[in-house]
Amino acid sequence: MSTRMFGEPIARREDPRLLTGQGRFLDDLGRGALAAAFVRSPHAHARVTGIDVADALDVDGLVAIYTWDDLPGRVAEPLPLLIPHPALTHGRTGYALARDVVRHVGEPVAMVVAADRYLAEDAAERVRVGYEPLPAVVGIENAERARDLVHPDVPGNVGAVLLQENGDAPAAIADAPHVLEFRLSIERSASTPLEGRGVYARWDADDGSLRVYSSTQASTSVRAAIAAKLDLPPGKVEVVAPDVGGGFGVKIVHPWPEEVLVPWAARLLGREVKWAEDRREHFVASAHERGQLHDVRVGFDGAGRVLGLDVRILHDHGAYTPYGIIIPIVTSTQLLGPYRIGAYRAEVRSLYTNTLIVTPYRGAGRPQGVFCMERTMDRIAAHLGLDRADVRAANLIQPDEFPYDQGLTFQDGRPLVYDSGDYPELLRRVRDLIGWDAFEGERRAAAARGRRIGIGLGCYVEGTGVGPYEGGHVEIDSAGRVHVSTGLTSQGQGHQTAFAQIAAAELGVPIESVRVTTGDTRRFGYAVGTFASRAAVMSGNAIALACRKVRAKALRIAAEALEADPRDLDVTDGVVHVRGDRSAAVPLATVAVLSNPLRYAFDAQTAAATQFATGRPPSEPPVAPGDEPGLEGRDYYSPVRSTFAAGAHAAIVETDPDTAEIRILRYAVVHDCGRLVNPRIVEGQIHGGVAQGVAGALYERMAYDASGQLLNASFMDFLMPYATEVPAVEIDHLETPSPLNPLGIKGAGEAGVIPVSAVIASAVEDAEGIGIDAMPLSPDALFHLRRTSAAWSAAGTGAGTGAGAEAGSAAGAGAGRRREDDDAGGVARGAGDLNPASPPDPSRGGEPRPGQPGIVPEGEL
Amino acid sequence: MTEETFEIVLTVNGVHRAARAPARRLLSDLLRHDLGLTGTHVGCEHGVCGCCTVLLDGEPVRSCLMFAVTASGRAVTTVEGLAGPDGRMSPVQQAFQDCHGLQCGFCTPGFLCTITAFLRDTPRPTDEEILEAVSGNLCRCTGYQNILRSVRRASDLMEES
Repeated sequence: MSTRMFGEPIARREDPRLLTGQGRFLDDLGRGALAAAFVRSPHAHARVTGIDVADALDVDGLVAIYTWDDLPGRVAEPLPLLIPHPALTHGRTGYALARDVVRHVGEPVAMVVAADRYLAEDAAERVRVGYEPLPAVVGIENAERARDLVHPDVPGNVGAVLLQENGDAPAAIADAPHVLEFRLSIERSASTPLEGRGVYARWDADDGSLRVYSSTQASTSVRAAIAAKLDLPPGKVEVVAPDVGGGFGVKIVHPWPEEVLVPWAARLLGREVKWAEDRREHFVASAHERGQLHDVRVGFDGAGRVLGLDVRILHDHGAYTPYGIIIPIVTSTQLLGPYRIGAYRAEVRSLYTNTLIVTPYRGAGRPQGVFCMERTMDRIAAHLGLDRADVRAANLIQPDEFPYDQGLTFQDGRPLVYDSGDYPELLRRVRDLIGWDAFEGERRAAAARGRRIGIGLGCYVEGTGVGPYEGGHVEIDSAGRVHVSTGLTSQGQGHQTAFAQIAAAELGVPIESVRVTTGDTRRFGYAVGTFASRAAVMSGNAIALACRKVRAKALRIAAEALEADPRDLDVTDGVVHVRGDRSAAVPLATVAVLSNPLRYAFDAQTAAATQFATGRPPSEPPVAPGDEPGLEGRDYYSPVRSTFAAGAHAAIVETDPDTAEIRILRYAVVHDCGRLVNPRIVEGQIHGGVAQGVAGALYERMAYDASGQLLNASFMDFLMPYATEVPAVEIDHLETPSPLNPLGIKGAGEAGVIPVSAVIASAVEDAEGIGIDAMPLSPDALFHLRRTSAAWSAAGTGAGTGAGAEAGSAAGAGAGRRREDDDAGGVARGAGDLNPASPPDPSRGGEPRPGQPGIVPEGEL
Repeated sequence: MTEETFEIVLTVNGVHRAARAPARRLLSDLLRHDLGLTGTHVGCEHGVCGCCTVLLDGEPVRSCLMFAVTASGRAVTTVEGLAGPDGRMSPVQQAFQDCHGLQCGFCTPGFLCTITAFLRDTPRPTDEEILEAVSGNLCRCTGYQNILRSVRRASDLMEES
C-alpha cells in the first residue's frame, strides 16, 4: 500500500468508536462519583447579604455545601487574568464563588455536593441567598454612558483603551475625495457546543495526586492553573481532556470556577466529584462573544481605493476579563483583510457590563472586523456606482507583495505580516463559482416571476497558527506500533486522523499502525491549546519534526544492522530497506527492539536485543554517548509569527416580499489554508463554520433585558439552526503554501464562519435596496427596516438594478437618523458623502475635487 | 427526605435489564448512569436538541423527556444496539463514516437513532423527506451537509445489501 497519506481525503479513524456509542465524553466518566451543583445568582448585579443553608441540610444524600467563606488560600483569591495586555489597565476577574457582589446572572454563589445530581439540585434550590440588588449595566451604550458602574473602581466602565495605528488616518480621510461615515453593529452570540462544560476529579490520597478530566481546549494549562490554585506540584496533577463534544472557543477559558472547585472538593472530601454543566448553565455561566459597535469613517478616491480608514470600536466584554481583550485586538487587526489600506486607525474601548463574560467564539473578533471592512467596500461601491467586486479588486494586496506588512501588532504580540497568498485569484474564483457576472440575468428572471433575489460577497484574511509553540512525541514500539502524542486537545477536528496522516507520511508507515493521543498531560505535558485555527499548523509541524528525528534514528540503527549507509535507506510500509532493494530490509518493529539494549528478554523479539545477542562492539557502551534508548523522538514547533489563511465567500439570497423571510439559495466558498492535510476534514470544517456564520447572520442573539436577565437561555428560544436553515456550501480550494513552516500549512478551523455576516448583509442589501448595518438580521428586523427606511418607500420595490446602484441610493441617502437618537444601537443608517466635491447625488459621489472637503453634518444630505 | 424508588424492568438492545430508581429519574439518566449505556447523550434536557434520541419500541423518542418508570415493560434501542451482532456497523453508521457525517460525535447517536427509524419506514426517501427527517436534531459541528449525504448513502447501502 502507498504511504502517501498527506493530502488524502481519507475517512476518519475516530469515527467507528464515536458511531457505536463508545465515545467517552466527560459525563460518560465517573459513574458513582459524587455530583456537584451550583447555586447561581439570579441577579445581574447585587450585593450578597447572607447565605442560609439550613433547609438544604435536610436533603438526603447531601455531602457538603460550600460558600466563599469556606474557601482556603488561593482558592479564595480572584481567578487569574489569563492574557494580560498593557492596554487592559482595569482588568478584573471574578471569584470561584461570589465573595460579596455578583455581577452577572449565573455567577456561582455556592457549591453543593451530593450523592447524585438530582439530590445536589434539590439541596441547591433550598439554599437561601439574600441579595441587595444594585443597578445593572446592560448594553454597550449604557456601559459607555456609565451612569452606573459594574466595578466601583473602574471609572467609566472602561477596562481597556487600545489604539492601533498605521499612518495618519484622520489626515488621509480629510484629504480624500470622498468620505463616508456609518455605524455597524453585531449582537452577541455564543459557541454553544452541544456538550457543555464539565469537570470530574479523583484524588489519590495514597499518592497525594489528583487526576482531573475536563471538557477543555487547554488541558496542560488547566493543569498548571489547578496545581497553582491547590498548591500542588504540577507533577502531582494530571489533566485529561476526554472526548470533547465541541468547543468553538468557549472551552479555551480556564480555569473556570468549577475547574478549581471540583478538584478542590474531591481532595477535601477524599471522594470522586463530578460536575456536568446543563444547558441553562451554559447559556448564563460560560461565555459569549461577538457583541460590538463600530463607528467607521472612510476616505477613498474615485476608483474606490481606500485612502484612510478610522474605526472606533466599542467592545462589550461582560462582567470580567479573564481572557483579556483578545477579541477586539483581533477585530482591530484583522479588519484590514486582504486589502492595502492607505492609513489606518482603530481605537478600541472595551467596556464592562453586568452580563456574562465575553471570550473567543470561532472567528474571535474576525467576523466583526470583516463585517466592518466588507460593509465599507459595499458602501464605497454603492456611493461611486461601481461593481462591488471591482471595488474590492482595486484594493487587494497583489501576489508579488508578500510578505506584506500591515504595520500593526497582531494578537501574538508579533508584527502583522502576511506570509503568502493570492487574493486576486480568490476573488476571481469566487466570482466564477457563484456566477457573479451573470447574476443580473438571474435577477431579472426571478423578478419576472415575482421573486426578489440578491447577491453578495466578502473576503477575509485569518491569522492562524499563532504561537508560542506546540510539541509532538513519537514512539515506535517493538510491535511496530507508532504512538504519536501532542499536548493540545481535540473537539471534533479529526486530529486522530490528520496527525496520523502526517506521521504516516513522514515515517513511511501504514496509517493503521499509528495511534494519536491529544490533550492528556500524562502523555505530553507541554502545550498551549486548541484555538485560533492552530492545531494543524502547530502540532502538525511539531509531529512532523518529531517524526523526522525518529526516522533519522531508525535509519541510523537499521544501517548498522544492514551494514549499509543510512543515506541509502528508505522506509516503506513500516520496513527500512536499501533504496531500490526491498530484500535488504529490517522492519521498524525490529529497529525499535534494537534501539533499546536489554538485560531481560520477555519474548522472542526482545531476546534479540539482550546483551548477549546484539553485535555492539565490546569497546563501546551499549547506549552511545548522547544517544537514548528507545525509538522515540520529541520536537517542538515555535513559529516566528502567524500564518495567514484567506478566502472569499459569495451568496445568493431570496427575500420574501411579504414576510421578509430570508432564504440562502446558494453559498460559495473559495478557501486557501495552504497545503491541505485532509481535504475531507477541511471541507467539514468549512461546512460547520459557514453554518455558525449563517446562525450569527440570521438567527442567533443573546436577548438580555434591561435588568440583565437572559430571556432566551434555552434551545427553545435561542435559534440554533437545524438542517432546514443551513445552505449547501459549494467549495473551491486554492493552495498557496506557507513559507513559514515545514509542511506549508495554514489553519482552517475558523475560516468558514468569518465573512458570513458580511456576505449575507451584502446579498440582502442587494436584494432589498436597504442599507444593512446590524446583524443578525431576523425577518422582523428586515420587516422593520422596510417600514422605516425612507429609501425603501422612495425606491418602490427596491429590487436591485444591478451592481449595487439601487443599494447605493438607499445606503447613501440614508434615513437621516442621527445615531444619538437610536436607542437600539447600531441601526442608524447611512450618511452621505462627507467630503462631497460637487453637489451630492445620493447614488454618485460626483467628480472628486480635492481640497474642498466641506464637512456636511450627517443626515443633512 | 428519602425518595421512594421503583423497580424498572425493560429490554435494552435486546437484553433484559432491571434497575431501581425514583419516579423522577429520566430515561436518559437511567440509561446512562444506572445501566452504564453512555452512548446516549444529553445536550439540552428540554427535548430540543435531539442528542438523547433513542428508539422506544422502534420509534424515536427523546429520552430526556421521558421518566424511566414509564419505559417499564418497553423495548429500548440505543446507539450501542445499532451495530450488527458481529459488531459490524449498521448501514447508517457506516454511511456517517463514509460521508464524514460527524465531527465531535456528541449529537451523532441521536441522529443515528432518528435516521435508523426513518429509513426503516422510508427506504428510498426524497431529498425533501431526508431534510424533514433530520430537522429535529441539532448539530453544531457539521453544518448538516454531510449528514444529509450520509442519509442518502445509508439508503443506498441498505438497498445494496
